[in-house]
Amino acid sequence: MDTHKLSRTGNLILYTLLILFAISFAMPFAWMLSTALKPLEETMSLPSRWIPSKLQWQNFSEAIDSMGLFWRYTWNTLYLCVVSSFGATASSALAAYGFSRIDWPGRDRIFMFCVSTMTIPFPVIMVPVYTLFRELGWIGSFKPLWVPFFLGNAFSIFLLRQFFMAIPKDITEAARIDGASELRIFFQIILPMSRSALLVVALFTFMFVWNDFLGPMIYLTEQKQYTLALGLQAFQSQQAGTEWHYLMAASTLMILPLVFLFFLAQKSFIQGITTTGMKA
Amino acid sequence: MSHFKRRNRLKGILFISPWILGFIAFSVYPIVSSIIFAFTDYSVLSSPIYIGTANFEDIAFDDIFWKSMVNTLGFSIVSVPINLILACGLALLLNFNIHAKGLFRTLFFLPSLVPMVCLGVIWRWLLNGELGLVNQMIQPALELVSWLFDTSISAPSWLEDPLFTKPGLVIAGMWGVGHSMVIFLAGMQEAPKSLYEAAEIDGAGFWSKLRHVTIPMLTPYILFNLVMGIIGSFQIFAMPYVLIDGANQGADGPGRSLLFTATYIFQKTFRDWDMGYACAISLIFIALIATLTLSVMKLTEHKTYYAGK
Repeated sequence: MDTHKLSRTGNLILYTLLILFAISFAMPFAWMLSTALKPLEETMSLPSRWIPSKLQWQNFSEAIDSMGLFWRYTWNTLYLCVVSSFGATASSALAAYGFSRIDWPGRDRIFMFCVSTMTIPFPVIMVPVYTLFRELGWIGSFKPLWVPFFLGNAFSIFLLRQFFMAIPKDITEAARIDGASELRIFFQIILPMSRSALLVVALFTFMFVWNDFLGPMIYLTEQKQYTLALGLQAFQSQQAGTEWHYLMAASTLMILPLVFLFFLAQKSFIQGITTTGMKA
Repeated sequence: MSHFKRRNRLKGILFISPWILGFIAFSVYPIVSSIIFAFTDYSVLSSPIYIGTANFEDIAFDDIFWKSMVNTLGFSIVSVPINLILACGLALLLNFNIHAKGLFRTLFFLPSLVPMVCLGVIWRWLLNGELGLVNQMIQPALELVSWLFDTSISAPSWLEDPLFTKPGLVIAGMWGVGHSMVIFLAGMQEAPKSLYEAAEIDGAGFWSKLRHVTIPMLTPYILFNLVMGIIGSFQIFAMPYVLIDGANQGADGPGRSLLFTATYIFQKTFRDWDMGYACAISLIFIALIATLTLSVMKLTEHKTYYAGK
């Protein structure tokens, strides 16, 4: 909608609201950063000040030290993120191809099953899935956390299917007449044309794994296997929430890579969110 | 032709086979075995023993279970509409051709990237009773009200007072509406300009355009965000767990005010090792989610407007 069609008061209200919301949304971040850079005494004195008397950059390295295995957690998290992203992208692309580029009876009905699994919250199936992994002897290893991603996931399949369907039929029909196999069409035509959608799936899986808490909490048994999410929780409960400057520094460190990823691939983020929101 | 079709079906099924395996392992198997375990006494350490409907009979009289249900539904009923309205409102603001649109959009979106555990830690600090920013911000307003009405109202201890833990959680959750906002914004940009122009020719102002053009055009997006919001609120676990330091203080908060169904399933499974009972709760919960999702879709079926579909 155009702003110049708004009256003067309309414009005033619009910008006032925008700025108020902007301040409210920025405030928790600002407070986190401000606390992360304060000396401990200043986090505990009232009235609090926004600008620390002295910027304590060493809080970050001290937080890393007092978390103990910070770099180990980071490595574990990155490892899981990368393996899972690869698995989710590969398996979901295959499934999405079968759900979109090949015509077969019953396809769309099965796809409805696939979509409907998105509505099952993890806590509800947690018990049987846990016992399954226990039977397999996988508890205490990374396997329960990455193997499932190699078996496709509804969200990624849905997103890629939307994308594959939009590729015109003629492009693959010519190759098919020339006798190219489905796998060849998949690898040589469809995948190269879908780089942006594949990136979206990889990115979202990466974020999901980076953020996941409940999964690592029930499957991992030793502290040296912890992910950052688990490590941060362990850190806060181990010092019972007193050293807020370290906790905020650690949170900042855990958020920063995501913010960085967002600015790197802003378009993919927005595209990913809107494609899945489009046809509910 | 039928030979061709059969070959295609084989190819299609081969392509989706990874998903079929996943579907069996992580959807069919868990639901079927939940149904079986629900009628047994089962801890991981020993094999399940059939006990009939005893678990369900116990659940019917389990006050803690009902508390968890009331908490979950209550949280859902309050937080989902608030987030929906906030997300839609922010998208509306951004849909004007304002200055520095990208900056505002990024600012509103970024908090939705913050991991649940960080949300918990950050809001535990923001909502801190004495030192928290939230209480420092509302302090002047509280003092004014106290002075006006000659009483004394003190700032709540959000995370210790059972009355305030859920509102605290709702506030913290509002910070993450960026995701649904982006979906709404995309929906608004889908709406054909001609509709707005036609409405303007008919002399429609901002509010009537909102009511008669924007909202009807947005219904599929509202529906999507509503269903996703309900499902999301039903699995809330990590944020309250961190917010109240679940590892030290039990995962359910003061006066069990943050005991959600997911929390209860977690406690029954990994604290009490009572997996049969946990499965019975899961079953009831699955049934509830299915009914709710389907009825939301049914209810809105006739009111949903899909452009050109």
